[in-house]
Amino acid sequence: MTATTRETVLANLRAALPESSPLPELPTSGPWQTFEDPFVRFCEVLDSVGGTCCRVKSLSDAHQQLLSIDEWNSAKVRVSAVNGVGDPTVDLNSIDDPHDLENVDYAVLHGHFGVAENGAIWVTDDTVKYRVLYFIPQRLVIVMPSQIVHNMHEAYGRITIGEHAFAGFISGPSKTADIEQSLVIGAHGARSLIVFAVDDLA
Amino acid sequence: MSHPTLAQDFVDNKPRAQWHDKALWFVREKRDRMAASVPEWEDLRSHASAIKMHTMSQLPTYLEMFEAKAKALGVHVHWAADGDEHNRIIHDILQKHNAKKVVKSKSMLTEECHLNPFLEKNGYEVVDTDLGERIVQLREETPSHIVLPAIHIKKEEVGECFHKHLGTEKGASDPKYLTEAARGHLRERFCSADAGITGVNFAIAETGGFVVCTNEGNADLGVSLPKLHIACMGLEKVIPRASDLAVFLRLLARSATGQPITTYSSHFHGPREGSELHIILVDNGRSGILAKPEFRRSLGCIRCGACMNTCPVYRRSGGHSYESTVPGPIGSILTPLRTPEQHSTLPFACTLCGSCTDVCPVKIDLHHQLLAMRGFLDRKKLLGMSKKMSMKFLSGLLSSTWMFTTAGSAARTALRWMPRFAIYNPLNGWGKQRELPEPPKKSFREQYADNNKNSGRPS
Repeated sequence: MTATTRETVLANLRAALPESSPLPELPTSGPWQTFEDPFVRFCEVLDSVGGTCCRVKSLSDAHQQLLSIDEWNSAKVRVSAVNGVGDPTVDLNSIDDPHDLENVDYAVLHGHFGVAENGAIWVTDDTVKYRVLYFIPQRLVIVMPSQIVHNMHEAYGRITIGEHAFAGFISGPSKTADIEQSLVIGAHGARSLIVFAVDDLA
Repeated sequence: MSHPTLAQDFVDNKPRAQWHDKALWFVREKRDRMAASVPEWEDLRSHASAIKMHTMSQLPTYLEMFEAKAKALGVHVHWAADGDEHNRIIHDILQKHNAKKVVKSKSMLTEECHLNPFLEKNGYEVVDTDLGERIVQLREETPSHIVLPAIHIKKEEVGECFHKHLGTEKGASDPKYLTEAARGHLRERFCSADAGITGVNFAIAETGGFVVCTNEGNADLGVSLPKLHIACMGLEKVIPRASDLAVFLRLLARSATGQPITTYSSHFHGPREGSELHIILVDNGRSGILAKPEFRRSLGCIRCGACMNTCPVYRRSGGHSYESTVPGPIGSILTPLRTPEQHSTLPFACTLCGSCTDVCPVKIDLHHQLLAMRGFLDRKKLLGMSKKMSMKFLSGLLSSTWMFTTAGSAARTALRWMPRFAIYNPLNGWGKQRELPEPPKKSFREQYADNNKNSGRPS
């Protein structure tokens, strides 16, 4: 019987192995960058990558603030995965195919926490029926507890990787600089990102 | 063709070469600012390097671990020895799903395997969804940079291309307007695609998942709608632990474009409900590189492109002059390792300035490898006659004090008196686009002796 590609490749690798070298320890805290006020830093970085952060006390405050945004009110197709935030025009439960979300103008979704060093927010697919909602709406609102970790090491320290088919960090709206290095916000994903950091959820 | 030949046109167009140089230097400066803002930057680089070295030393173990974990999550894992096998596997998967329209996010591996022409030949529609890649695809070119595929193209040319293919206004060159047009055009493709293909930035052995980083969101849109996701990865993309991602995600975007992190860092573990996820592990010469001690560290490359942005030769000769998927310093190692005959001139384009080594986030000893690569090519008898002869000649000249002194003195006189055509002729390849410096009247030794005499010190 001829060897499979898998066997051949693994055998080739085994025959070529360098001497073993140690894997460095990576503590979740200690030697890494921290900030005097991680929340302030998070807002600054998010702002620098094109997003906006509003700190609010409660979900109903987030709701009120959202209703004061012109683009939200003028958006035709609005959806919300966060109970009590936003006045959606389409019920997400009525959608059976992610392709039907193509025309969503504005979506309100859950986030878990923010990262001060890079303005990223951790999101997971268990909070929304279709993961495409993080990418397909014209504009995006993320509602999260006002919890900010200092850096990525701390971030990975508090999440379990592998329990969601999709999870990720989102830092700002989608962007590109592929034409002469000119930054354009709104490449394929959201054209804007507003983050409501809610104290009551923290 | 040789690097100097391929670079000729680019170098001849001086204003354009300068514009290209500046555009990349701008990115390099952004990278510097980002690196300086992280106090433990150098520690991160050391950690990244150590993690990669460790992984290489146990690569088969980690790959098997990754495979087992991925399978447990319901992923179909395939192995490909080379580009052809990789392409055939994709063809089979697409056929099984009766998928005809494919959207693909940036993956240097699929470029390396020439997947697009293969699929097109077999009747599939393949759309590159990264804006830069879409531009080069419409222009029927290849990317000239691994992170900034269209860095060599001017906005007016993008405008022309979009006018022809996407029906934008004639003469329009505003990046915002053009990006908006591409957004509309590609949305249609996303929504009608039967399959999404992505690359892999990092594959996690302990969890069986992988991470894809983009700014545009194209990878995510491409795989969140169709019922089929195929992820293609080189064997070297595997890392041991999820916590290692902290190190790499902190380094990657900062090194690549000077951003704190890419907009989307997506972690995929198993298929979406009701869909299939396939991962293809591709060797295509990687096990051969692992077997070469002086070059194996090049497998640690995370494809950030920082070495290209900083390289004085890349910036001034353009990515296409390397005629390879990965250009620049790292490409001048990886590509000749795979195809030494076609790419024997690449490491000689290098000035050995070492700037690439300084910025590499995983601390690959790039300029040392570039020097070693010259020896590697010599041992393969791939150096041209002119290089061989001039090396022989110089080695004789430099190993004899008398010859060196005499030749120096002769050259100083000759350069002053010889007519221009005697110096700048086809025999002097070096003088093609450069002026020789004005020869000094005295050699360094003579000047040194004079100085000492004047200051009263013994010579």
